[in-house]
Amino acid sequence: MDLSFTPSEQAFRAEARAWLAANVPPGPYPSGDTREGYAWHVQWEKKLFAAGWSAVSWPAAYGGRDASLIAWLIFEEEYYRAGAPARVIQNGIFLLAPTLFEFGTEEQKERILRPMAAAEVHWAQAWSEPEAGSDLANVRSTAERVDGGWRVSGQKTWCTRGAFCDAIYGLFRTDPATERHRGLTYMMVDLHQPGVTVRPVERLDGDESFAEIFLDGAFVPDRDVIGQVHQGWKVAMATTSSERGLSLRSPGRFLATTTRLVDLYRRHPDPALRDRIADVWIQARAYQAYTYQTVTRMMAGGGIGADSSLNKLYWSELDLQTHTLALDLLGPQAELLADAPDAVDHAEWLLGFAFALAGPIYAGTNEVQRNIVAARVLDLPRG
Amino acid sequence: MHFAFTEEQQQIGDAVRDALADACPAGVVRAAWAAPDTAVRSLLADLGVLGLNLPEAVGGLGLGMVDAVLPLTEAGRAAAPVALVETIATNPTLAAIGEADLAAQVATGEAFVTLRAPGGYAVDADRAALVLVVEGDRVGVVRAPRLVAQPAVDGSRRLFAVEGDVEPTDADGRELLDRAALAAAAQLVGLSHHMLAMAVDYAKTRRQFGAPIGSFQAVQHHLVDALLRVRFAAPTVAQAAWHVDAGTAEASLQVAMATSLAADAASLTARKALQVHGAIGYTFEYDLHLWMKRAWSLSAAWGDARAHRARVADHLLGAPDA
Ligand SMILES: Cc1cc2nc3c(=O)[nH]c(=O)nc-3n(C[C@H](O)[C@H](O)[C@H](O)COP(=O)(O)OP(=O)(O)OC[C@H]3O[C@@H](n4cnc5c(N)ncnc54)[C@H](O)[C@@H]3O)c2cc1C
Repeated sequence: MDLSFTPSEQAFRAEARAWLAANVPPGPYPSGDTREGYAWHVQWEKKLFAAGWSAVSWPAAYGGRDASLIAWLIFEEEYYRAGAPARVIQNGIFLLAPTLFEFGTEEQKERILRPMAAAEVHWAQAWSEPEAGSDLANVRSTAERVDGGWRVSGQKTWCTRGAFCDAIYGLFRTDPATERHRGLTYMMVDLHQPGVTVRPVERLDGDESFAEIFLDGAFVPDRDVIGQVHQGWKVAMATTSSERGLSLRSPGRFLATTTRLVDLYRRHPDPALRDRIADVWIQARAYQAYTYQTVTRMMAGGGIGADSSLNKLYWSELDLQTHTLALDLLGPQAELLADAPDAVDHAEWLLGFAFALAGPIYAGTNEVQRNIVAARVLDLPRG
Repeated sequence: MHFAFTEEQQQIGDAVRDALADACPAGVVRAAWAAPDTAVRSLLADLGVLGLNLPEAVGGLGLGMVDAVLPLTEAGRAAAPVALVETIATNPTLAAIGEADLAAQVATGEAFVTLRAPGGYAVDADRAALVLVVEGDRVGVVRAPRLVAQPAVDGSRRLFAVEGDVEPTDADGRELLDRAALAAAAQLVGLSHHMLAMAVDYAKTRRQFGAPIGSFQAVQHHLVDALLRVRFAAPTVAQAAWHVDAGTAEASLQVAMATSLAADAASLTARKALQVHGAIGYTFEYDLHLWMKRAWSLSAAWGDARAHRARVADHLLGAPDA
């Protein structure tokens, strides 16, 4: 065990810190969940990519830096420490890319990864359907075999930033004779074609960041199938663990939020809340320690498996506690929106609270995560 | 950055685990309520655990707190009725205050040194060759203590109020108390593992409404909540131990973090394990309470979770206004 950073890790941190200090634009930033705000964020993403910081852990051939997972965690710590903009292309680089690295063909990786990291092609996740929320295996969207590919039909919903994206990925039933987990195929669907209708849906914060996507015979060429036909469930599950476990929410984000909370306390002190401040600050550092331990194991060839559900429970509940506490500190200012003259920190705590409320819902609800841990980590009998 | 125990550290932990599984089943823990244990203590001496962090010159292994984490965790898992927190905490102090001969006897299990918890009591003080106390930021020695027994909820923890002349020393009191809190935290992780395992096993076999109770979601989620807290506390204990060994400026803060998380995890696990057991867990005959009571004691004796969080709050926010 050596919890100090090697000279090369330190050098990497220093390089990241220096670049971010020189390049992170002054805030506040527009929301990445509106059309105009998204466009602003895309410019930032392009700048990150040009400097080689978009996807540091990827191979250099695709625009990364071949950085180790430890270095990636360091980069994330520095990124959030610098207060840099939220990553609007995360659904591509953090969620689709791991699937491509594991199951994609060379052709797919060549074609898709670089434009994804360069913020030229924008990706949205399309798992959920009206009848398939927690029960994802209940997908109704179908794909029908045609010459050179598939024709997909059905409805996807809750696609984050789907209204601003170019393509989606998700599961489609390719074998009409099957049910549930069997007979599904993992596909990427170009949204710019006939047979696709995208309808933006406002979230509770008013941003049009959800999209419903109606598919009516849209074409998916064979080259846009990931993994084997009818094996989509396996492909999707292999990488949902990276979403919950690591890539979507690395510790850097929570270290930064709890550090900012301490700063907020200094400006809005309330001695009755000291214990809770210490509590969330400690938990963020526990998440960091746990993650360095996990990553050390992964670098030695280990996997995450169902443990990723524990990560998801921990970070989502911590994030909600942190933002709830911030609003408690703010008292009467808690409810103010950014344009209120008395707004504190551009109302970021209120916005953060609203978003933190979604944490226990998206990426698999926390009830479902607890079910998964019970069955797969504790080996309890299924209900 | 490399966050993992070495193979040797794992092996020592495994050896302690196996040995205690044989020599310290629940019946031995229970028996220690009636007659103080000597057998488990001498087993730990044989395994090198009692002298783990004493210099080799006095018969110790010359190791540090990171090496102690897994043995302590295993002693917790077995609820070993041995005042190991006191031994691991005081060992380096003995070397520092020139008690080398005594240290050599501690390593073999012939002698025992105890430590009075701040504002509290000293375990097994009647059997101790020396009682250490912390006054201000220094360690003091009480050589001829007047003891008053203070029966406590965990019948294997024989507590005494300590009075008597305190001989001052130069040894660092904060470091001593940090080692004690950290050793308690490591044991709390082990205690939690065991209580959770008991509850999970019980949930798989106990049937109601025609099904194992472990198939009911409310029961499952109780157990997952406990697991979550234990899983995220454990690495912070290892991390704090590393900071203590490396003597970093934040060692004491790291100990406060780890101890608060481990204490909370153990308290929650005790509560959840009892709930999942129902009334059987509430009996004296069933073994769960032996572990629960140890968890209650150790999660408070060296500073409870809130006290350790208060240390963190002082660090982050400055001392509270008077
Ligand atoms: C901010 C946000 C962004 C999102 N982004 C995307 C996206 O980009 N792409 C996408 O595909 N989806 C996205 N989602 C959708 C998300 O994946 C689903 O909301 C989630 O899977 C739950 O499905 P549901 O909303 O249909 O709820 P339901 O499944 O209907 O669940 C309702 C409630 O019942 C509980 N419940 C359901 N089943 C069980 C069970 N077996 N045991 C115990 N409790 C249960 C749930 O935990 C929940 O509390 C997003 C959601 C949010 C809030």
